[in-house]
Amino acid sequence: MRALLHTALAALLTATTLLAGCERPPVDTVQRGYRGTGMELVYNPRTALAVAEANQAPAAPEDASPDGPKARDIYKNVPLLGHLSVGEFTRQMVAITAWISPVEGCNYCHVPENLADDGKYTKVVARRMIQMTQHVNADWKAHVAETGVTCYTCHRGKAVPENVWFVPAPPRANANFIGDKAGQNTPLKTVGLSSLPNDPFGPYLLGAQTIGVGGATALPSDHVASIVQTEQTYGLMMHLSNSLGVNCTYCHNTRNFKEWDGTPPQRTTAWHGIRMARDLNNEYIVPLTKNFPSSRLGPAGDVAKINCATCHQGVYKPLYGAPMAKAFPALQSVALRTVSAPLPPPISEAQRSVLYFGIDTPVLEGEQAKGLDQLVASMIADKNAKVRISGYHSATGDLAHNEELAKQRAFTVRDAMLAAGVPESQVILDKPAQTAANVAGEDPTARRVEVVIEK
Amino acid sequence: MAEYQNLFTQVQAVGPANLGVPLGPGHGPRTGTDLPQVHLFGRIGMPQVGPIYLGSLGVASLIFGIAAFNIIGFNMLAQVNWDIVQFVRQLFWLSLEPPPPEYGLSLPPLNQGGWWLMAGGFLTASILLWWLRMYTRARALGMGTHVAWAFAAAIWLFLVLGFIRPLLMGSWSEAVPFGIFPHLDWTAAFSIRYGNLFYNPFHALSIAFLYGATMLFAMHGATILAVSRFGGERELEQISDRGTASERAALFWRWTMGFNATAESIHRWAWWFAVLCPLTGGIGILLTGTVVDNWYLWAMKHGVAPPYPPVFPPAVDPATLLQGVK
Repeated sequence: MRALLHTALAALLTATTLLAGCERPPVDTVQRGYRGTGMELVYNPRTALAVAEANQAPAAPEDASPDGPKARDIYKNVPLLGHLSVGEFTRQMVAITAWISPVEGCNYCHVPENLADDGKYTKVVARRMIQMTQHVNADWKAHVAETGVTCYTCHRGKAVPENVWFVPAPPRANANFIGDKAGQNTPLKTVGLSSLPNDPFGPYLLGAQTIGVGGATALPSDHVASIVQTEQTYGLMMHLSNSLGVNCTYCHNTRNFKEWDGTPPQRTTAWHGIRMARDLNNEYIVPLTKNFPSSRLGPAGDVAKINCATCHQGVYKPLYGAPMAKAFPALQSVALRTVSAPLPPPISEAQRSVLYFGIDTPVLEGEQAKGLDQLVASMIADKNAKVRISGYHSATGDLAHNEELAKQRAFTVRDAMLAAGVPESQVILDKPAQTAANVAGEDPTARRVEVVIEK
Repeated sequence: MAEYQNLFTQVQAVGPANLGVPLGPGHGPRTGTDLPQVHLFGRIGMPQVGPIYLGSLGVASLIFGIAAFNIIGFNMLAQVNWDIVQFVRQLFWLSLEPPPPEYGLSLPPLNQGGWWLMAGGFLTASILLWWLRMYTRARALGMGTHVAWAFAAAIWLFLVLGFIRPLLMGSWSEAVPFGIFPHLDWTAAFSIRYGNLFYNPFHALSIAFLYGATMLFAMHGATILAVSRFGGERELEQISDRGTASERAALFWRWTMGFNATAESIHRWAWWFAVLCPLTGGIGILLTGTVVDNWYLWAMKHGVAPPYPPVFPPAVDPATLLQGVK
């Protein structure tokens, strides 16, 4: 009898231990797909309440008058927000202080004796972050729509956002003979305490490793994706799920993760979100590494980087989609349009030429114009050659305008050929079938005309 | 009156050691004659421990098995920097991983899958030797070799997962890691990579046989326990004289479902269901990636899976969207 009691006690203890990590039922489910397909969102009303309370947007401060002297006339060293009135400028600065360093105040970024001084690293970082916020609101509408973001979306009253990521520490130096973990099998929060690869971010939110690992055809093709790569994708998806407080069916259909047919529109938004995080990390965050003191860097000496949780913080839309950014027009538009990168040299091959254009222009300049002259000369030399011309544009700006721009770029090349005496029958304008272009922002390799030479 | 009506048998047969039937020529004596009787074992089965017949096959199998076990264990221990406490804490997460994909089928360095290959090879040798042992021991007793062939069905699945399919795919990285949670993650990733194993018909068959086998086992176990009050579990008596226990058991099933398996055929039912579970499962795994790359698309193509009416606006992969214009 005593042995039986011990067995029962042991069983009870084991069951309690095993269930300790679980949430108690009942949970709410919401059907959102066709009946019987299991397209359900699962919520725990008890935890959802706590998350809801922690994700409320603060009230916007009173509007300031746009009249009066401009900030740039009164203050020094205000390159980003100098076009605001002094009232608007002060309102924006006060809001940023409340969002980022409510306790430390202005002096967290500013040298008190001279507010224009860029001596503190925090001020340099903050300026770049304002540019990043403007970039997100202007160029990443595919992800943030008209809701937009502010500093508060990530910071929530903290100087360093609560959810950031670092590259994991490199493995022990003496682990070269036995005991390699292959970068996985460590119960980390980032991958939901699973044994999945423990850096689900580096390959996707810095690098551009393919996320869609599933086979694209029923039968084997040249598509290759290893199980390891699949587990990396799996880790990233666990992160998305945790960050947004949703299950897989928020974005995917229940039948096949890869299949786009029958998937909720949220997946498209998330697709752009992953690319946005990648863009922001590479263009804004990583270049700031040298500005940060070593105490702010991770175990591998890298800067704290953005992932989905940085903004979302457990909610499907950050702050439940509260349109906070509307009250801060200075964060909406890119004040200073910077030319991100120089154009690559024109490509001139036997069968193919590519010429690159500046931002928002159908005119070829410099070495690109020389590349066009060369192409025209080779056309005149070879009477039998035929060309197919296709124009392209980058993702920034209005689509209709961009389509016209791409057409004008193609016309530029065609007109140059016709003017030089190439017969019209040998010049064909061709609408490109499919292109893998950039998805947001400026990419110099996207603004191009491709010429295929047929002999 | 002793009872057989509890989960744990309350009757313990205690007496001189039972050494079993005499062996034919060419068979060495068994290990040990002074056999211990363990009361706790008696509660769940026979109290007498042994005699164990190890033999040269058993010894060889154990040597290879222990080698594989140690390679896996010491790799896990090294992964937590030889910290016993962390080893215990993280045991379920730890794993010996197969080589990374870039090595294909070539020999990787020890610490990048070399240990895994070695452990896998030793484990395979150990299992195959153990299979031979099962076969020869059954033969030595004049038995049929059903147990060995049932074991072979499981070995088939093991070899498909860790050896045959990786060979056909041209990469050891396709194989399963040696770890508790990691092998479960492998399973999930395998299904995700190859378009949802749910649509693999051999996977479906395997599950049908798995559940079928457990159901048959429950039906059979329940039937025999239910007639044990009539001596139904005493097979010898039932064979020489099909008494009231077997009659009642058979009539019960004819009453309730119109048909009854016989005392012999029920074991064939159970054996085939159990054996077909890993056999069909192994075929399903073997076809995955080698013959079919996406089971969902395969099932849609062949009308196995139905299309559903659209609920959401049509979505397309943004990566394929048009960006260029004439």
